[in-house]
Amino acid sequence: MTAETEVLSDSHPAERTERAPRRMSRHVVGWLLASPLTVILAAFLILPIITIVVVSFWGATEFSIYPAFQFDNYEFLFSSPVTYTVFLNTFKYAAITWVCTLLIGFTVAYFLAFHIRSLNWQIALFLLCTIPFWTSNIIRMISWIPFLGRNGIGNTALINAGIIDEPLEWLLYSDFAVILAFVHLYTLFMVVPIFNSMMRIDRSLLEAARDNGASGWQTLWNVVIPLCKPGIMIGTIFVITLVMGDFITVRFMSGSQSANVGRLISNDIGLLQYPSAAATAVVLLCTVLLVIAILMRFVDIRKEL
Amino acid sequence: MEPRPKSFYALSAFFALFILFLYGPIITIGILSFQGPQGGLTFPMNGVSVHWFFDLFEQQAVGDIWGSFWRSFMLGLMVMVTTVIVSVAAGLAFRHRFAGSGALFYLTVASLVIPSILISLGVGLIFNQLGLPVYWATSGFGAQLTWTLPFGLLIMFAVFNRFDKSYEEAARDQGATAWQTFAHVVLPIIAPSLIGVALFGFTLSYDEFARTLLTAGSYNTLPLEIFGMTTNVTTPVIYALGTLTTMFSFLVIGVFFLIVGGISRRRAKAGSDAGDGLV
Repeated sequence: MTAETEVLSDSHPAERTERAPRRMSRHVVGWLLASPLTVILAAFLILPIITIVVVSFWGATEFSIYPAFQFDNYEFLFSSPVTYTVFLNTFKYAAITWVCTLLIGFTVAYFLAFHIRSLNWQIALFLLCTIPFWTSNIIRMISWIPFLGRNGIGNTALINAGIIDEPLEWLLYSDFAVILAFVHLYTLFMVVPIFNSMMRIDRSLLEAARDNGASGWQTLWNVVIPLCKPGIMIGTIFVITLVMGDFITVRFMSGSQSANVGRLISNDIGLLQYPSAAATAVVLLCTVLLVIAILMRFVDIRKEL
Repeated sequence: MEPRPKSFYALSAFFALFILFLYGPIITIGILSFQGPQGGLTFPMNGVSVHWFFDLFEQQAVGDIWGSFWRSFMLGLMVMVTTVIVSVAAGLAFRHRFAGSGALFYLTVASLVIPSILISLGVGLIFNQLGLPVYWATSGFGAQLTWTLPFGLLIMFAVFNRFDKSYEEAARDQGATAWQTFAHVVLPIIAPSLIGVALFGFTLSYDEFARTLLTAGSYNTLPLEIFGMTTNVTTPVIYALGTLTTMFSFLVIGVFFLIVGGISRRRAKAGSDAGDGLV
């Protein structure tokens, strides 16, 4: 076959130019096609992170930053009790949000995958769940104000129902509001990958479980959940990293009363203390990558697409 | 069909509550944006009016809303086109299983999970140190691509993992060049998915906040402008703006769905009639 092509290209010069690219090594073709992606990621992902790492060793005056190689920023960061409180708080948000989004996301995905029988309905209801993802997060946060305010819908409804006598103060601008907003914004990131995993489960496995006398719960626990593990892991990675890196939801929904690592960084940026912000960012990055490295041990993402 | 189990009804109710949880708040501010001129940020409604929508058109009342809308819109289009082209090229590249493709894949995933504020801070610092001004169409554009490209590439992965290679082989066997095979066989087959990539590219850019925060410079994009309003605007005008931009988002999503629907309908009509006469 190759020999034949050689002969052909030798006798027709025009054919040679046409056939030439096919003999180009797949490595060259691959890198050529991937070069735009590589260049963009190098310039706007790798380079910024290198810059942050470098600047985290720099010094700062009140108005400017200057190159140096000192560990002051890290020393200050690790000696301050605020750092530990804030990191602990960040983990707390991540853990609670993870549990809530997982429970809600799994239930919703289960309903869509196993209880909706027509494919068209499945697609329609799935899209209904995903549409908010394509709208603005900030507006979705703002839209909780009329519900959670002191005289908001939530308090009014609870008072009218006779459950409480006075308005609850902790609805808006509290940890409750922060987590509510996280769950509202990010449950979708659980629903999509878990739904994807569930749709790949061979339905005859469920029948087999039932024929062998498994109850509904046993089937769920021993068949469905183990087969959904990759989806659950991907959703978990999304939710945990989004919550850990967030700074705006916490600031807005807590009314600036609670802090997480992202807010620590953005406060330093506001004060133009870039080296200190960079040091915190480096520690945050290491924490997030560590968490992901642990989670990635449970799943091969490329297989799941 | 066998009867529905009891759990179906419980789960249906749960699903309905979830949908209410997703859409309830945005519908509420939709209603509240029609507050009367004396109305406040929550119920009861103090009359019904379009007062707050008119307020949006007065420059002094709320700042440069329309300027920031156009910047966000243009930036969305730029990011959308770039995301589609770069994702398709990279998607094709990964089919060649070139050396180092694994590392590039993990780098792309890293781009997705790295906290946005790091990109924002890093890109801001680079421009700062190079003495370049940060500007939405340069630094902001690049920073947003680190968020949209991973989604684009993941979609392309899903597409090409399900792609039937025999179509390409057929084209090649009939003498099509690599470019002809791509343009006349591969591209039309994957076109609906590209609309999906475009939808992600545009909307994720249009709504992006954290990555643009330190990279947009003195001219705000719309999400930055809206966030600025939350700290100093205490009237329903912010609901009116929220309602309008959400309607715009729904409009954009609707247009994308219509395009995909149109393509698949045209395809069904123009599809093969092989076997139809047999039954």
